[in-house]
Amino acid sequence: MNNSRRRFLKIASLSVFGLGAKGVLDVAAGTTPDAAALTGKYEDGATALKAKRWAMVIDMRKFTSPEDYSRVIEACHSIHNVPSIEGNQEIKWLWTDTYEATFPDDMNPHLSQEVLERRYLLLCNHCENPPCVRVCPTKATFKRADGIVVMDYHRCIGCRFCMAGCPYGARSFNFGDPQPHIKAINPKFPARTRGVVEKCTFCSERLAVGQLPACVEASNGAILFGDLDDPNSPVRKALNENYSIRRKPSVGTQPGVYYIV
Amino acid sequence: MVEKLLKGSPAYYIWLLFLGSVVGLGGFTYLFQLKYGLAITGMSRDVSWGLYISQFTYLVGVAASAVMLVLPAYFHHYKQFKKMIILGEFMAISAVLMCMLFIVVDMGQPQRMLNVILHPTPNSVMFYDMMVLMGYLFINLLVGWVTLEAERHDVEPPKWIKFFIYLSVIWAFSIHTVTAFLYAGLPGRHYWLTAIMAARFLSSAFCSGPAILLLLVFVLRRLTGFNPGREAVQTLTKIITYAMCINVFFYLLEVFTAFYSGMPGHQHPLVFLFAGHGGHSYWVNGWMWTAVVFAFLSLALLIPPQIRDNEKVLPWALVMLVIASWIDKGLGLLIGGFTPNPFEGITVYAPSVPEILIALGIYAFGLLVLSLLWKIAIEVKKEAGTF
Repeated sequence: MNNSRRRFLKIASLSVFGLGAKGVLDVAAGTTPDAAALTGKYEDGATALKAKRWAMVIDMRKFTSPEDYSRVIEACHSIHNVPSIEGNQEIKWLWTDTYEATFPDDMNPHLSQEVLERRYLLLCNHCENPPCVRVCPTKATFKRADGIVVMDYHRCIGCRFCMAGCPYGARSFNFGDPQPHIKAINPKFPARTRGVVEKCTFCSERLAVGQLPACVEASNGAILFGDLDDPNSPVRKALNENYSIRRKPSVGTQPGVYYIV
Repeated sequence: MVEKLLKGSPAYYIWLLFLGSVVGLGGFTYLFQLKYGLAITGMSRDVSWGLYISQFTYLVGVAASAVMLVLPAYFHHYKQFKKMIILGEFMAISAVLMCMLFIVVDMGQPQRMLNVILHPTPNSVMFYDMMVLMGYLFINLLVGWVTLEAERHDVEPPKWIKFFIYLSVIWAFSIHTVTAFLYAGLPGRHYWLTAIMAARFLSSAFCSGPAILLLLVFVLRRLTGFNPGREAVQTLTKIITYAMCINVFFYLLEVFTAFYSGMPGHQHPLVFLFAGHGGHSYWVNGWMWTAVVFAFLSLALLIPPQIRDNEKVLPWALVMLVIASWIDKGLGLLIGGFTPNPFEGITVYAPSVPEILIALGIYAFGLLVLSLLWKIAIEVKKEAGTF
């Protein structure tokens, strides 16, 4: 009797394993009939702005009053439903810090007073070689063909590997529910849920409808945006005419944000 | 063999009840975390991993350490370990389960965890970590169960299991190497960006894991009379001693590179861990110095053979070793990796009370699994006369 029970269990478990394996093989081969039907098709809108490699140049010389900073930050945070949370579990897409904090590798105590005392704008660098994309276990953060590093807030599992990977501290995590901390919700942009990571998107949603990023628009010409591959783009022109630096060049990520100091 | 769990002394049931209630307390606290998010932990934007991930890292080491019994027993036919081997394998099972739970409680969106399988991403080390942990759990369950079943029937284990035993040796090295790669491949974290990370992890695992095993076996001996054999204890202690020497040596290599090169990025985390920042000291400094003192004291007690073989002193040396290695890997590793932050600033991390309760709940769960598995093993051994 013992023997027959054992045989029954053997056969039963093998059959279950076989059924499971079939499903896995189907997915691996991409032969699940539903998969093709579920995959949508994406096409750029007629007015979408396109580039081979989007990049940003921030001319810090043009930021002279606190109002210059707050205007661009407010423009970004208000349309993207970025909550204002006090303390060290804060969320920020675009913010300011000192020269030493922004360019720790380039620190020199005898820099000109102006450069040393100025506040610098920080945001996601949309790296050519982004460590956050490399480490993400679910492809919730990915790099688009035009160089923008974006996130799928609905796929993110909140493991925060990307935050450990980012050398620029550009990513924020929703430790709690962000919605009570949003002053006025913009229904055109998804508000996030607790437990996911977020960051600047280079306003990919605005580029798709032919608008420049919100901070660029609000900056009165202090922030330039354009195609790094196009020699006539505003970013290439500015980089041609001025000495520029990028944050932490030694880590090899090739940031897409350039600073004119 | 599961029926062995049902018969036990009142003390056995009280112990299970106690562990169950600690698990319940942790589980209850976790409900709050599910409701309010990780906001109830001490983690922050700058220190975005904390106690959970560091416990995961430490326990991967404990899981991998079973190989220190399996390798001598099966590669070198060192018979003395055969008696204890099942206890090591069962401890690995309990450690891997704790690892998995620590990963789950650290997730912001645990209900989405299958995304790791639904959208497999071979460029992410976490993908491999998941696979090697699952694999290691499976191998240890299989090997542990099959060999114990054979012991019960007083027969040799089936030949095919040898394949899985050899596989488990390689696999043990892989789980901790992959775990080290989670850290060692990140460009902006100076404390982790070191080629010696995997080697450090393995050396720390191979001293702390067997030390925990030996301590638990001493408890088992007192409770049940199970005798692991004097020679086995002495050999395992030697392995622990060598691994701890290598562990301390590797850490000092890091200190040399950081300070002789004068590279600020490499120095800052070490300075922060041991001396604080800008003349200000932090709670972690005292812990790190405790680790240093305990590490050297444990070596002082383990290296001379006449002290090492004294079973009155040995447990104390092992306890100090475990505390030192836990502070290094279960506390300092994560804090040093995130402090200073990418802006060269200091954000202080300390685990919150709910975070500690959840972690204790997981440890209690691990201990519960271990108690049950060891109960089975001990009862089988009693019956088979291999006690």
